[in-house]
Amino acid sequence: MNNPDVQPLTDTLHIPQPEEELPHPMEEFLRTERLPHIWCSTCGIGTVITAFITGLQKSGLEREKVAVVSGIGCSGRAAGYLRLDSFHSTHGRAIPFATGLALGNPELKLVVISGDGDIIAIGGNHFIHAARRNINLSIICINNFNYAMTGGQAGPTTPIEANASTAPYGCYEFPFNLPHLAESSGAVYVARWTSLHIRRLTNSISEALLKPGFSFIEVISPCPTLYARRNRLGTGLDLMRFYHDNAKIKHGTDTRKLDIEYQDEIIVGKFLDKDKPTFLEKRDDFLKSKLGDKFVPYMGPKA
Amino acid sequence: MKADPIGVATGSHYMDGDHACAEGAMAAGCRFFAGYPITPSTEVAERISERFPMIGGIFIQMEDELASMAAVGAAAWAGTKSMTVTSGPGFSLMMENIGLAAMIESPCVVVNVQRGGPSTGLPTLTGQADMMQARWGSHGDYEIIAISPNSPQECFDLTITAFNLSERWRVPVLFMMDECVGHMTEKVVIPEANKIDVTPRKFYKGDKKKYKPHKLDGSANIAPMIKAGDGYFIHITGLTHDNRGYPIINAEAQDINVRHLVDKIRNNEEMIRIIEEDQIEDAEVIVLSYGITSRVALKAVNEARAKGVKVGILRLIVVWPFPESLIRELSRKIKTFVVPEINMGQISLEVERCCEGRAKTIHVPHAGGWVHDPDDILKVIVKGAK
Ligand SMILES: Cc1ncc(C[n+]2csc(CCOP(=O)(O)OP(=O)(O)O)c2C)c(N)n1
Ligand code: SF4
Ligand SMILES: [Mg+2]
Repeated sequence: MNNPDVQPLTDTLHIPQPEEELPHPMEEFLRTERLPHIWCSTCGIGTVITAFITGLQKSGLEREKVAVVSGIGCSGRAAGYLRLDSFHSTHGRAIPFATGLALGNPELKLVVISGDGDIIAIGGNHFIHAARRNINLSIICINNFNYAMTGGQAGPTTPIEANASTAPYGCYEFPFNLPHLAESSGAVYVARWTSLHIRRLTNSISEALLKPGFSFIEVISPCPTLYARRNRLGTGLDLMRFYHDNAKIKHGTDTRKLDIEYQDEIIVGKFLDKDKPTFLEKRDDFLKSKLGDKFVPYMGPKA
Repeated sequence: MKADPIGVATGSHYMDGDHACAEGAMAAGCRFFAGYPITPSTEVAERISERFPMIGGIFIQMEDELASMAAVGAAAWAGTKSMTVTSGPGFSLMMENIGLAAMIESPCVVVNVQRGGPSTGLPTLTGQADMMQARWGSHGDYEIIAISPNSPQECFDLTITAFNLSERWRVPVLFMMDECVGHMTEKVVIPEANKIDVTPRKFYKGDKKKYKPHKLDGSANIAPMIKAGDGYFIHITGLTHDNRGYPIINAEAQDINVRHLVDKIRNNEEMIRIIEEDQIEDAEVIVLSYGITSRVALKAVNEARAKGVKVGILRLIVVWPFPESLIRELSRKIKTFVVPEINMGQISLEVERCCEGRAKTIHVPHAGGWVHDPDDILKVIVKGAK
């Protein structure tokens, strides 16, 4: 703040300063004793955490009955800061780990928050099969177009041309279109937002949480430290501006048309919201019809 | 606690080891199974898929063994007793998440019906060459418990033991069968439920704010668990952590965390130990074996005794943790350990290490595909007595 032309924000807006320090409005949901967190300033992951907590509060779900699982990566650290039952598993295995919890205690709503590399590369097989089975999981995939935690390598969503530490001349592999992958694998709810679309992302998260079955939300999110710097895209704020100018809300777009080209238009919105029995609903009905009185439903964990 | 009768198929049966293992799991209270088919273990999964819907269990065939093991380690935190079953190639794929289960102290059972390896090896024929992998197949330092049955009856009985030990020590227990035992059909007697002891999950009951998911002191006093969904808001991580389960990335925390995982098993080996001894009082030679090989070895020992050789038999039922103090003690009294195994030398290395030169160790190798010829073991016994 050495620039004499810039007045401190609090002065210009005449914001009254509280006499006592107020608690953080989300304190209850954060493991504040673990702060400061590891994320870089202006990283988009924090916004997703905020949207998640607000979305969870809006959903009205009983907090005890919501558990979060992450894999490994910058995004994979999400579970570690949330004061819910939270699990930090292995790279790529957040979905099967969450499946074990979801089937082991069907009262739970499981949320997987993790990165594009974690969920779609090393964990891609689990993603498509959990969607196919319609396991009761909400997947929030933070897509920063690279493997950030390990230093900015190319991944399954890196657009052609984008530079990455293992694509020093630019990426030449075709990337995945995640909403299309989710829909064609069997997901019942599919949306995409950027970390600029906080309100809409929050709404989507609460809708997804209330939706039984496999729901998927892709969040395009800035990684200023690696992806943006390598590609000279500016700061986190510059990326937010880019999203502002280039993200087009088009609900219901055919998911086949949702490819993302390097620094080009990003179509966001809710693309799919349909009903289908979950894995456990289907299983129970089916086995009941085959076994009649012999069928004994899973009684959940023994106290 | 006694077994829940719903999972107990009381009676006298004629069944193979794979099916007996499945029955043991159900009697022990296992109600979550995730697995991926692989010879010669598939019959375990098949029986569970058939019986679980009638006893209130959840069966899921996952997309691979990575997923199976991840789900099984997680299901423990949902409050259930969980199991997976595999063989060599699948066992290799499970390794990373066995390490996770060890790190987060998930009680669970992993059955490996061993076949010949490496790679695809001998899918339908026997082997015992995954014993070292069972111990340290996942990266880093940790300890697990491994059990090796030698008959279908033991596949039933010892699967229950495996679950009980996993609950007692909050550790993955690896149930190391082999193709011979898995596919061998014999009489299996399943007692009434009220005659079967099962160790219930030890749940924490106390101030929710004070709960700590780990007790990192390496003692036999293991931290109780809770169930996700009960409002404890726990955090569990595969990163090096403190007793709250919070990541701490430094050498001091690593020392506490790793020592705990190792010490809780190693320092309590005598409590975990299950062995069988026969004719070792006057023995100059001891045949040390486990699994199917122990039955072949018994024939060789009896023939050697008939020839006047002072030979005894020591069978490891719990193979890991290894009974170091016992082997040390015996090595002061005898001339030779003879160690037949269906591998090129694995447990024999441990025996040799513990003998520290006081007694000889002679390994009797077999590359897999079949069991030893008792004569081959007999010849080594005779040699070892000289
Ligand atoms: C089995 C395994 N392979 C590789 C790694 C190294 N690794 C850690 S995080 C990561 C990539 C994470 O990328 P992404 O999921 O997109 O998360 P981000 O850091 O970008 O948020 C990799 C390759 C690992 N931890 N485990
Ligand atoms: S490296 Fe990138 S993704 Fe990771 S915290 Fe920093 S900005 Fe965020
Ligand atoms: Mg990423």
